[in-house]
Amino acid sequence: MNLTFTEEQDELRATVRQFFADKSDEQAVRAHMNLPSGYDGDLWTQMAEQIGLAGLIVPEEHGGAGFGYKELCIVMEEMGRVLACAPYLATSVTATNALLQCADEATRNSLLPSIATGETIATLAYVESSGCWDLSEVNMRAQSKDDGWLLDGEKGWVLDGVAADVILVVARTETGLEVFRVEGDAEGLTRSDLPTLDLTRKLAKLSFASTPATKISEGDQSEALERVLALTVVALAAEQVGGAQACLDMAVEYASTRLQFGRPIGSYQAIKHKCADMLVEVEFAKTAAYHACFSAADEPGELLEAASLAKAYCSEVYFHAAAENIQIHGGMGFTWEHPAHLYFKRAKASALLFGDAAHHREALATIVGL
Amino acid sequence: MSEYRSMSEDEVRERTRALLEKIHPEKSDSVTFRRAQYDEGLAWIHFPEGYGGLNVSPKMNVVVLDEISKHSSVVYNDPPAGLIGIGMGAPVLLTYGSEELKKTLLPRIFSGEDIWCQMFSEPSAGSDVAGLATRAVRDGDEWVVNGQKVWTTVAHLSKWGMLVARTNPDVPKHDGLSYFLLDMESPGVDVRPLYQITGEAEFNEVFFNDVRIPHEYMFGKEGQGWRVAITTLMNERVAIGGAGPRKKGGGSISQLMKLWSEREKQNLSPGQEAVMRDRVSRLYIETELLRLTAQRARAAQKAGNPGPEGSVAKLAQADINKRLWETAVDILGSKGLSFEAGYELRQSAGVDASSTEAFAKYQFLRSRANSIEGGTSEIMRNILGERVLGLPGEPRVDKDVAWKDVPRS
Ligand SMILES: Cc1cc2nc3c(=O)[nH]c(=O)nc-3n(C[C@H](O)[C@H](O)[C@H](O)COP(=O)(O)OP(=O)(O)OC[C@H]3O[C@@H](n4cnc5c(N)ncnc54)[C@H](O)[C@@H]3O)c2cc1C
Repeated sequence: MNLTFTEEQDELRATVRQFFADKSDEQAVRAHMNLPSGYDGDLWTQMAEQIGLAGLIVPEEHGGAGFGYKELCIVMEEMGRVLACAPYLATSVTATNALLQCADEATRNSLLPSIATGETIATLAYVESSGCWDLSEVNMRAQSKDDGWLLDGEKGWVLDGVAADVILVVARTETGLEVFRVEGDAEGLTRSDLPTLDLTRKLAKLSFASTPATKISEGDQSEALERVLALTVVALAAEQVGGAQACLDMAVEYASTRLQFGRPIGSYQAIKHKCADMLVEVEFAKTAAYHACFSAADEPGELLEAASLAKAYCSEVYFHAAAENIQIHGGMGFTWEHPAHLYFKRAKASALLFGDAAHHREALATIVGL
Repeated sequence: MSEYRSMSEDEVRERTRALLEKIHPEKSDSVTFRRAQYDEGLAWIHFPEGYGGLNVSPKMNVVVLDEISKHSSVVYNDPPAGLIGIGMGAPVLLTYGSEELKKTLLPRIFSGEDIWCQMFSEPSAGSDVAGLATRAVRDGDEWVVNGQKVWTTVAHLSKWGMLVARTNPDVPKHDGLSYFLLDMESPGVDVRPLYQITGEAEFNEVFFNDVRIPHEYMFGKEGQGWRVAITTLMNERVAIGGAGPRKKGGGSISQLMKLWSEREKQNLSPGQEAVMRDRVSRLYIETELLRLTAQRARAAQKAGNPGPEGSVAKLAQADINKRLWETAVDILGSKGLSFEAGYELRQSAGVDASSTEAFAKYQFLRSRANSIEGGTSEIMRNILGERVLGLPGEPRVDKDVAWKDVPRS
C-alpha cells in the first residue's frame, strides 16, 4: 500500500478545495450554522448537482458517481478543513454505507438514487440513552404487527436527525440486530435538536411511540453494521485531518505575523516548537487516515483495525491542534469572533462521535490481541 | 537525476530472482553476496545504474529484501556497524565523490568491508556543529589536520571517516568549513573509547595530530563543507526515522507485546491493567504510524537527496521509542529493578538480546540517546519550524561575525 494519490485524485482534491473556498468561507459557515437545519439547502444542492458529492460512493447503477473510499477521504478532508456545514456524514457516508451493507435490493433501488441527487437526506440511528457507541448496547426491540413493524423507545445523538427525510433505525428482533426504515414524518415519531457543543453539525434525539417501520435487512446485521461504523469513523478521521491541518496553518500564519517584544512570536521556541509538534502529529494523522481509507478501498480484511487506529489517533491530534491554535492566538483565540473556537468545538465533538480515542484504542487492543 | 525511472514491482522481483540464481546467500558469505547484489543494481536501488542502483524509487528497496527472504533462509541484512556508511556515507560519496572513489568505495560500503564514521561533533560544538574548531591547513597538495572530535560512533572499527574541519577562521562560521574523507589508518589519528549509559563504548573520542589528507579527498569545494555536511545530516535523519520495521507489528512493538502477554497478572489490579493496556495500544498505533509514514515518505520521494521533512520521522521516532521502552520496564514491574547484563565497561557494542526482558532493559537505557544522536529533538523542532513551516528564525548573535570572534564554551 503506497498511501499516495493518483493525479486524477489530486485533481478531485483541487476541484473540491476550490468549490468550498468559494462557497464555504468562514462567513458562510457562520451563516449556515445558524440556519434551522444547520446547513444551506442551496449549497447542498450545488454540492450534489455541480460536483456530484452527495452520491460520491453510490454505485453508478444507482445513479451515483461510483467512486471509492479514497475519493471520499479526499472530500471529507477538504470539508473538514473549512468546517463545511452539510448533512454529508449523515446521508452520504453513514446512511449510504448502511444501505450498501445491510439493505435489501428494493430499498437500495428506492433510496440510493435520491440520496445520490441530494434530494433525500438519510441518517442512521443506533445509539440510545446510555450514550454508548457499541452496537451491543442497542436495546430497542422492534415489534412485528400485521405485515409491518412498530418501534418504541429513544435514539440519541442522531446526525442531522431532524432534517433527515429517512431514518435508518437499528433495533433488535428475534433474529438479532436489524435495520428499519422510518420516514421523517412518520406517526409517533418526535424529533428534537440537541443543543450541540459543535455548532457546525446537528444532532437530534428521536422518540418513537408505536412508530411504523419497514424492515429493510434480512437476518442479524451485527457484522455488517460493525463495518458501517468502521467506514463512518474512517471518513470522520479524514475530516479530522483536514481540520487539524487548518488549525496548524492558522497557527503558523499568526505566529509569523504577530509581533511581541519586537519580533514575531513564531521566532520564540516555545511557540515554534508547538508548531513543529503539531506538524509531526498532522503528518502522522494523515498517514493514519489515508491508511484507513486505502484499507477500506483495497483491503477490507484490515478495515476494522485500520479504522480504530485512525479514529483513536486523529481524534487526539485534531483536538491538540485546535487547542494549541487557541493558545498561540492568545486572547484573540478565545474570542467568539475568531474561528479558532469553531474548530475547537468540532474537534472535541468529532472525537466523541462514534467512540472516542480510548474506546478505539480498546477496540484495537482486542483486535491485535493485547 | 530528478525523476526515477518507473519499474514494476514484478520486474524488481524478477531481477532479484535472477541475482539469486547467479549466487545464493545460503551458499555464499555476506561479502560475496552483497557485492553481487551491488553489481546487479539491487543494493541502493534508487542510486544510478553502475553505482549499486537502477535509478528507481527507493520504495523498491523493501521489495528486493522481501524477495530474497522468500527464497532464502539466510538474509544478509545491513551489518549494524556499517549503517553510517550505508545510510549516510554512500549518498554523500555519490553526490560529491570523484568517479574513482565512487567506483572503488561504494561496493565496499555495501558489502560491509569498509566501515565509515561521521566526525562532526566536537566538545564545544554539538547542536551548533557549524561552530566546530578542528583546523585543516593547506600544505601543497595536502591538508594538515589538528583538533578533536567526540561522540564518534564506530570510529574504532572504521576505515573511512567523514570529517568536517575549519579551513578559514576569519569568516562567519558556516563559510569557513570544508569536508574531507579521511583514511582512519593515517598517521596521527588517535581513537579512544567513550563509555555510555549502558557501559559500552559505541562511540569514541578522536584526536588529530598533524594528520595529512590529500586534496582530492575533499568533498565539495573549499569553504563549502557546510553544504555537504547538511546532505549527510539529512540522510542521517531519514535513515534514523525510516529505520523501523518494514512489516506490520514487527520490531520493537512485537517485543513490547510479548512482554505484555507474559506479564504477571496477579500483580496488576484491574485498574492498572486497563491503564497499561491503553498505553500499549497507544504505542501500537504510534509504531504502526511510524512505519507507514516512512513508507508514505519513500513512495513520495523524488530522486536526489532528502530535504528537511525527514526531521518529521526522526523527531517522532525518538519520542515513541523512548516511551515504548519506558512502558516495557513498567510492565516488568519489580523485575525492572535488576539489570542482569551488568555495567562492565566494554568496547563491544551490541544489544543484550539474551531474552526479551534483557533486551527491554537494555533498550530502556539505549533509547535515551534517540533524542540526542543525529541532532537533538529541540534542534529537529527548530528545523521543522523554520525550514518546513517557514516560521521566522531566532535572532543570531554569531551570524555575521568571524568564527574566531564568537564566544565558545
Ligand atoms: C549515541 C550517540 C551517538 C553519536 N554519534 C555521533 C557520531 O557518530 N558522529 C558525530 O559527529 N556525532 C555523534 N553524536 C553527537 C550528537 O550529534 C550530539 O550529541 C548532538 O548533536 C548534541 O550535541 P551536544 O551533545 O553537544 O549537546 P548540546 O548541543 O550542548 O545540547 C545540550 C542541550 O541544549 C539544547 N540546545 C542546544 N542548542 C539549542 C537551540 N538552539 N535551541 C534549543 N535547544 C538547544 C539541546 O537540544 C540539548 O538539550 C552522537 C551522540 C550520541 C548520544
